Amino acid sequence: MATVEEVKKLAALVRISIDDADLEKFTKEFDAILGYIGQLEKLELPLDVSSEKPALHNVMRIEGEPHAGGKYTEALASQFPARDGDALAVKQIITH
Amino acid sequence: MSMSNGMSKLNELTIREAARALRVGSAGRRSTVRELWDACVQEAHARNPELHAYLEIFDADEAAILAAQKRIDTDGDAAPLLCGIPLAIKDNILIEGKIASAASKMLENYRATYDAHVIEKLRAAGALFVGRTNMDEFALGGSTENSAFGVTKNPHDLTRVSGGTSGGSAAAVAAHMAIAALGTDTGGSVRNPASYCGVVGLKPTYGAVSRSGVIAAASSFDQVGPITKTADDAQILLEAIAGIDPLDSTTLPDGLYTSKKKEVKTIGIPTELLVEGLAPDMLKRFRETVDSLGYEVKEITIPSAKPALAAYYIINFAEVSANLARYDGIRYGHAERGDTLLDDYLLSRTEGFGKETERRILLGTYVLSSGYIDAYYRKANAARAQLRREFEKAFESVDIIATPTMPTPAFTIGAKSDPLSLYLEDVFTVLANLIGMPAISVPMGQLEREGSSLPVGMHFTAPQMAEDRLFAAARAVEKAQ
Repeated sequence: MATVEEVKKLAALVRISIDDADLEKFTKEFDAILGYIGQLEKLELPLDVSSEKPALHNVMRIEGEPHAGGKYTEALASQFPARDGDALAVKQIITH
Repeated sequence: MSMSNGMSKLNELTIREAARALRVGSAGRRSTVRELWDACVQEAHARNPELHAYLEIFDADEAAILAAQKRIDTDGDAAPLLCGIPLAIKDNILIEGKIASAASKMLENYRATYDAHVIEKLRAAGALFVGRTNMDEFALGGSTENSAFGVTKNPHDLTRVSGGTSGGSAAAVAAHMAIAALGTDTGGSVRNPASYCGVVGLKPTYGAVSRSGVIAAASSFDQVGPITKTADDAQILLEAIAGIDPLDSTTLPDGLYTSKKKEVKTIGIPTELLVEGLAPDMLKRFRETVDSLGYEVKEITIPSAKPALAAYYIINFAEVSANLARYDGIRYGHAERGDTLLDDYLLSRTEGFGKETERRILLGTYVLSSGYIDAYYRKANAARAQLRREFEKAFESVDIIATPTMPTPAFTIGAKSDPLSLYLEDVFTVLANLIGMPAISVPMGQLEREGSSLPVGMHFTAPQMAEDRLFAAARAVEKAQ
């Protein structure tokens, strides 16, 4: 079942920090939850059911009339944590 | 006109009654749009400190109130029924210019840049918006205890939860702080609080209502649904928001499903589901209500219904972890800055997300990881397909399927702090989300718990696009009360 190391690794993958006290708690809860959802493993299903096609099918949208350029720029840019004119300002990633 | 004795207050009216009150009848006009708005908003302000149903009550939109009044004055009965009707809107549905936080610190400062499709439709019908309602953070939970801004209390007993995740919307309607409301339903989030608060909640057919402008939780389950005082109102609200939308490619074209049968003659009971966790008085109330409807009752069997709850949670975790990856503190929402870009992500996400949200993101990443995806996610999808087959087979012999909405009445705040025990409450409601079929919760009276009279709900499921059968059955339950 879940180990503290595994939960730590998952947290790193999803970019969340978990302190040690919560790590223990999460691991314990995961054991109970994974134990419960793990019952599915034993469920026997007809072989053809996995290949069943859903009733919905993919559709493409025609880009008929795009909105006027710049219509939402200010509304979107006003939510940026940091902006440089209409551009989103972010940390430099590549150093040279 | 002044109110006569014995007449309900304006904010206590249903949509249909309020629409009538706004129009000139034989006794003149009972209310203006402004008076109806004031009645709802005054009640919202009066009750909100104790119930915490709204995260924000909006200032009056004078232009919208005037326009609605003018439209009713000009068009009379030709004006839409929702014209001038004050509605409560769940905090994960975008209203242009207003905060839409999904009850999360992550989006506490996020202001919607456009209207959700359902809001556009309601605006076009002349509806008014009282405020945005409390919910479980990102619609993850079942009691509104996971809101980053505090729990919504049950109007029938302030020590109990309102249900969730649309707890604020259900409490607002039950306490007459709005005429009706919109919620969203991923695994029962409209029907669960409707049951706990004693109102009607409908999850429409998957694809019946557009999710454009609705903050995504688990995209293969999410639907917007009405929370109302009557089944009749749920139908009015559904008709106003349903329809194909190019911005949500899962919305259904007319005629994809051909079921045209509207009436209900036979009702199916999945007996094997009614054994565990149901209190004797709940089972008794359920059986008596079913028997009172005058339908032919048939026992049916849905063998995959019990393991389906596990399948539901696997798919929910997986889709939630994918959907919530977009909140990174870079473009909008909670943004904390550290030394490196990785620190920016870590700090923003750790501070922005609450515990249940973190839990589901972690579990979703686990069930999708390469070593486990076959055992969990793919198996869950196969179980989902099998469940759909079993429901389709059952609907060959019955018109609707009935269970209680929830195994119990509303529980005490804090009583289900262990996450798994809360997940198990969803055993009846998740089925409709897994198979994409519509389902409704309608009040079937009250049960006594520790000195409180608490509402309980009857739950009906119908085939795709057969909402009419749900409304017919729900009306029959209302009549039998």
